[in-house]
Amino acid sequence: MNPLELKTTPLIEEHQRLGAKLAPFGGWLMPIQYEGIIAEHAWTRSMCSVFDICHMGEFLVDGDPVQNGLDKVLTGNVSAMAAGTCRYGFMLNEEGGIIDDVIAYRLTKDAWMLVVNAATTDGDEAHLRKHLLPAARLRNISAETAKLDVQGPRSEEILKTMFGREIGKLDYYGFGFFPVCGERNIISRTGYTGERGYEIYVSAGKVNDLWAMLLENKDVKPAGLGARDTLRLEMCYPLYGQDIDSRTGPEEAGLLKFVDLNKDFIGKEQLLQKHRAGIPRKLVCFAAESRRAPRHNYTIHADGRKIGVVTSGSFSPSLTCGIGMGYVDKAFAEAGSRFVLKENTVEIPATVVSKPLYKKGTART
Amino acid sequence: MNVPANLFYTKEHEWAKIDGKTATVGITDHAQHALGDITFVECPPAGKAVKQFDRYSTVESVKAASDVYAPVSGKVIKVNEELKTKPELVNQSPYERGFFACIEMSDPAEKAKLMDSQAYAAYVKELEK
Repeated sequence: MNPLELKTTPLIEEHQRLGAKLAPFGGWLMPIQYEGIIAEHAWTRSMCSVFDICHMGEFLVDGDPVQNGLDKVLTGNVSAMAAGTCRYGFMLNEEGGIIDDVIAYRLTKDAWMLVVNAATTDGDEAHLRKHLLPAARLRNISAETAKLDVQGPRSEEILKTMFGREIGKLDYYGFGFFPVCGERNIISRTGYTGERGYEIYVSAGKVNDLWAMLLENKDVKPAGLGARDTLRLEMCYPLYGQDIDSRTGPEEAGLLKFVDLNKDFIGKEQLLQKHRAGIPRKLVCFAAESRRAPRHNYTIHADGRKIGVVTSGSFSPSLTCGIGMGYVDKAFAEAGSRFVLKENTVEIPATVVSKPLYKKGTART
Repeated sequence: MNVPANLFYTKEHEWAKIDGKTATVGITDHAQHALGDITFVECPPAGKAVKQFDRYSTVESVKAASDVYAPVSGKVIKVNEELKTKPELVNQSPYERGFFACIEMSDPAEKAKLMDSQAYAAYVKELEK
């Protein structure tokens, strides 16, 4: 069952008991689906799902971000963040490529939590150790920290009954400390689905209790990484390692709004240089004209030549057509631009759509 | 897992229901279960010649596209048009409403190269070990 020495989450036996299909993701053996991707996707869009996201990495950092180096490591203006808020941004290398996408939580004036991708956790730690001052007291708490994502239009009402009415006061990308399984834990109003939702951090020893408590409510169902992927792709949220990586920068990925150009950060010079030179290609999202789905690495063609490559592709359960993201020559990046996605004999006509592809998400409502 | 007794099977998890010279074909319950939600089926048009064990169709699930191989050689005489709008029939009814096509067999002796239901059930059991 586990020939690749994959890491497992504390919920692995629970996933097996529920009959989940398990597969490797980012060095972990993770549940891909339980009942089925389309059913879990639809349940998240209309009700409330719980996702085991224990594989993601977490770090704690102390101190003032300008003095401890954190402000230089992250692209966002973290100094301006209020305690109790979190912010999405990037760690860049010296070439301006993306080392990882990160959510920074300002716990107090002088305490931070960084949440990173599973496969990049070790590399992120090396980068942080290199650039943060010793006073930052970097701690990797990934092993002892579990996380469950509770996502869907019903999530607020359900979590209110479990953790109190204060849940309702959280703004989008705000968080608070709540009594969860006998601990004082972070619940943030964040997620990767486009729906109203929360991420709950809990110690690894308590996550089975929290999981069981959530599933006692019959309106909450487990969902796997398969549905998480179709949900995020409909929202055009990039997946690290697929849509963005160390060879791509925020400028070509259309993610400059998460970069504060009024401050100094690692990779800024290269980013500005590329920006001034003109960005030859852009990350776009597109919808196919049929149910046929493009896949990672299909090539993109227009005017009789190759103009790009697909980075993510899937069938969209909400739109019932193929959808995807990919990098294309700038000339074809405008909404309404048409091209053909190809692999061998397969040809899928598609049209660029302004993001998100799915426009009825409840995340910010 | 459902393995109807009256059908013949391939190692690639296709089935054929042979009635005189006509074979109705599709993918097995084991295949649909392994693929998950089927979202798209591409079948060759009626009239197209297919060859035993050669690719003749593509089936897509949410996660991936997979080749489908012909259990018998011959000419496609009918395709299941309903799958164009309801590919989920392959999940719901792999041996009935979710059939892919009907093939007029060019060589009925090819049946000997297929597994019967007992052999296929044993084959799948071995794969799942």
